[in-house]
Amino acid sequence: MKKLSKIYVSAVLLFLYLPIFVLIIFSFNATKSRSVFSEFTFDWYIRLFQNELIMTSFRNTLIVATIASVCATVLGTAAAIGINRMSKAGKAVVMNITNLPIINPEIVTGVSLMLVFVFFAARMHLEFGFITLLIAHITFNVPYVILNIMPKFRQMNPHLYEAAQDLGCSPVKAFFKVVLPEIMPGIMSGFLMSLTFSLDDFIISYFTSGPTSQTLPITIYSMTRRKVSPEINALSTIIFLIVVIVLIGKNILENRHAKRDKAM
Amino acid sequence: MKQKLIAAPYLVWMAVFIVVPLLMVAYFAFTDGEGRFTLDYIAEVGKYTDIFVRSIWLAAIATVICLVIAYPLAYILTKMEKKRQSTMLMIVMLPMWMNFLLRTYAWMTLLGNNGIINTLLGYVGLGPYKMLNTEGAVVLGMVYNYLPYMILPLYSVMEKIDKSLIEAAADLGCNGARVLAKVIFPLSLPGVTSGITMVFVPAISTFIISRMLGGGGNLLIGDLIEMQFLGNSYNPNLGAGISLVLMVIILLIMTIMNQFDSDDEKVLI
Repeated sequence: MKKLSKIYVSAVLLFLYLPIFVLIIFSFNATKSRSVFSEFTFDWYIRLFQNELIMTSFRNTLIVATIASVCATVLGTAAAIGINRMSKAGKAVVMNITNLPIINPEIVTGVSLMLVFVFFAARMHLEFGFITLLIAHITFNVPYVILNIMPKFRQMNPHLYEAAQDLGCSPVKAFFKVVLPEIMPGIMSGFLMSLTFSLDDFIISYFTSGPTSQTLPITIYSMTRRKVSPEINALSTIIFLIVVIVLIGKNILENRHAKRDKAM
Repeated sequence: MKQKLIAAPYLVWMAVFIVVPLLMVAYFAFTDGEGRFTLDYIAEVGKYTDIFVRSIWLAAIATVICLVIAYPLAYILTKMEKKRQSTMLMIVMLPMWMNFLLRTYAWMTLLGNNGIINTLLGYVGLGPYKMLNTEGAVVLGMVYNYLPYMILPLYSVMEKIDKSLIEAAADLGCNGARVLAKVIFPLSLPGVTSGITMVFVPAISTFIISRMLGGGGNLLIGDLIEMQFLGNSYNPNLGAGISLVLMVIILLIMTIMNQFDSDDEKVLI
């Protein structure tokens, strides 16, 4: 039984990793062939960094993701604080609408935002580009921020805030001293989630960006349409390496935290 | 009272960029180019019944395959030592952090007529088989991309199952298979239903996987929508009509799935 489990897990992992490893191996292949490995080379990596289009779109991705996740975090944190104070019915309505972008297929969210932008573009001086892309990213990020913060309010003792005020804190000071530290983990995980979704998003960006504001996933898409471009292999390898490093780092940090918590 | 006001900016944002866009989809679906009410576009969606059927069918197959692969895997994961569990889970989820375009592109290189699989088969005198640009390739792409979405909810539900319940069932004479059928499976149902929705919704609405792995011949609903907005056949009214029908289908399926979750389980989630 034990052996069978091991074989099964290995088979699934092979399925998950084989395609990625193939990309990595062929990123060092001298010819454009996707099946025969001829000679070892770093050429594709050099070409990748000389590729203006990829570098610009990479910069765009970083800028949009950073601004969008910061805005979404601020907007979402304020929203969560307010929603928490609403009546039960009001809360239910707002939360149901907030859930919509999460439940809806991404393509519907993308298309619906595109329709609004087309409408505004015709009436005001709005062009598809950085602004529309940013609005779209903030829109699909805010719900995740709110959903990460709301449970923290539920876990919190509501009387702490009142107690702080009884002991002489102004409401604002009581908020920063008592409430904010309690919901901080939710704010942080909401921010990180937004950042990853923004960096990775293709579908919604595809419908809401203009020719001047291409993000990396959009550039990758147009590269895959041109069938053979081994630079993609090089790019995949680099992204894979970054992901591995970030995840291992995160795991080590978490383990350290867990150990410290145990020690206390 | 003052604290409620702090949500105001978001409420405005929500109205303008979540509610209005969806109303806009409905408006476009029921009007023509000049803004007159019409049911023509909704009726026109009927012309694409074959594409809808194909999308639902391929997404359903992919969802079932994901469930069949993920269920034993999640179960095996919960049986491991606690420390190894989190490492294994990270290894399983890691590919999902790569952009899905790159992951799908990887399969393009594997499955092509001159791809690795056909080259390897050629060495032993088989093939070449046509694998790319088939329905099978589309299903494979869906399974590959969305498998982690099935593993994660299954694992997190199974991990919470009280081990003493399993022991009690065994003490009372259940063998392994009966424990699985009578205890573990019923308790893991919430994970099964949320896994199914998390795989089925993106699978039915994808337009990249079908385009990259299915060639031009295996259009899905997503491709159809994309073509009406950014493709050659620009027609936002029809596109909105198709989007609306897609939303209704997904809503129906989610309602059916929710029927399987009894109310007390929902409270837990």
